[in-house]
Amino acid sequence: MKIYLDHSATTPMDKQVLKVMLPYFSDKFGNPSSIHGFGQAALAGVDAAREELSRFLNCAPDEIIFTSGATESDNLAIKGVVKALKKQGIKREEMHIITSLIEHDAVLEPLTDQEAKGMKITRLPVKANGVVDIEKFKKAIRDDTVLVSIMYVNSEVGSIQPIREIGKIIKNINEKRLKEWHKCRTKNRGEKPRPIYFHTDATQAVNFLDCDVKRLHCDLLSLSGHKIYGPKGVGALFVKSETPLKPVQLGGHHERNLRSGTLNVPGIVGLGEAIRLLDKKSREVENKKIVKLRDMLVNGIMKNIPNAILNTDREISTPSHAHFSFLGVEGESILISLDLKGIAVSTGSACASSSLKASHVLLAMGIKPEVAHNSIRFTLGKLTTEAEIKQVIKILPPIIKRLRKMSPEH
Amino acid sequence: MRSMPYSKKVIQHFKNPHNQGVIKNADAVGKVGNPVCGDVMKIYIKIGRKKVDKGGKAQEGKDFIKDIKFETLGCAAAIAVSSALTDIVKGKTLDEALKITKDKIVKDLGGLPAPKVHCSMLGIEALHKAIENYKNKIIK
Repeated sequence: MKIYLDHSATTPMDKQVLKVMLPYFSDKFGNPSSIHGFGQAALAGVDAAREELSRFLNCAPDEIIFTSGATESDNLAIKGVVKALKKQGIKREEMHIITSLIEHDAVLEPLTDQEAKGMKITRLPVKANGVVDIEKFKKAIRDDTVLVSIMYVNSEVGSIQPIREIGKIIKNINEKRLKEWHKCRTKNRGEKPRPIYFHTDATQAVNFLDCDVKRLHCDLLSLSGHKIYGPKGVGALFVKSETPLKPVQLGGHHERNLRSGTLNVPGIVGLGEAIRLLDKKSREVENKKIVKLRDMLVNGIMKNIPNAILNTDREISTPSHAHFSFLGVEGESILISLDLKGIAVSTGSACASSSLKASHVLLAMGIKPEVAHNSIRFTLGKLTTEAEIKQVIKILPPIIKRLRKMSPEH
Repeated sequence: MRSMPYSKKVIQHFKNPHNQGVIKNADAVGKVGNPVCGDVMKIYIKIGRKKVDKGGKAQEGKDFIKDIKFETLGCAAAIAVSSALTDIVKGKTLDEALKITKDKIVKDLGGLPAPKVHCSMLGIEALHKAIENYKNKIIK
């Protein structure tokens, strides 16, 4: 039996998604930018997908930019806003951005790059449960803050961030500043206050949580196709109208001139279908089912393996995640042992697996590096079965026991 | 069957490591690494004396590694390195053992992924430390 418990890395594409995509590879191959019938047939597929996303996000269709995935969306959100503000005459040294210590590298690295060029960055700490501290966030806001970028769900431990609360706080500040400005006499009030823009990387949230951008009060939101049973190589960035954004990639004037490059038509059609399949009702049913299986996995592991620490706080996480540290065993050796038995898990994030450093997320949660190295992440999906979980509970304890016995530290 | 970042040889050593365990009355032990970095390697050695016989003339005996065992906390590569290293140096004189390079281990394992090459160095360091501890002991 092959068991896949790494759904945060990627998900198997839904057969229904594949079915809808197939005609767009060959039969409806046109370039949606072309005016002729071939182009228009392809454009119809793209438009339908855009409609689907706009319904899901509760935004206008032209507030969606299709990209190659969440990494590009994150890069476009950050670099695009900074570029637009610079064009408005604000120097980089006069901009402050707030993010968290547990973001994906697709957010952290563009910000570090900006920091090297003079931007001020605040990286918010998280509490032991992996959630950003709202009070610390409030204190971090400054007069020169231009952008806040906080992920919706952390990919390693599954912690849900208070996005709506953050969005509301930003909205209130923006409204208050504008109100005060309006109160001032015209000649003394100076320039209109610049709002703080709010970006969230919702890649890991889309499967499980409400992503209504009006409810969340966000201006930019990144998502990815392959994390939601859709295709790889496609994603989207929601950009609320009137949010300053300049393109990072130039050349073809696609996507309202904000993201040049011929549209990935089959991918976009697949993303639209994957989003359509995530209707609210079926999501609630799926969530309940996955929570039940996750509880079974957690309880089985805790019962059968001594010195196992659950790093996922189930009260405040997506149903998918169960992140463990098994004291005295290196995570990768567990991963390889499980893989040899046909069970796929991860040591944190797939992207981090080529690096040897302890996970920045776990360290930010206050987990000691020697414990962080002992970690394995299980992420369940909609096709996970009870039989699979039972098999994992059976196979894992002897693996941990064998590796612990090999260690000089036992 | 699958495309692993590891060679078949690494996986074989990881699945069934050779010389894994403890030598209770070891002549010397070498321990390197740190759990904070994720790897700890401990090498136990038992030393014997080899009679060297050249052209019928009995010469002074040479110390050799009569038995060697390891305990390792680390990734699959660290465990495979420990296993391969102990295989390579078992029966070798101390001088010969000290000449083993990390490249020799990596080659023996059919290669290691680039980020894991440092694990082979850890093996060499543990062995050198054990031999050094042994030499210090007999001087005293």
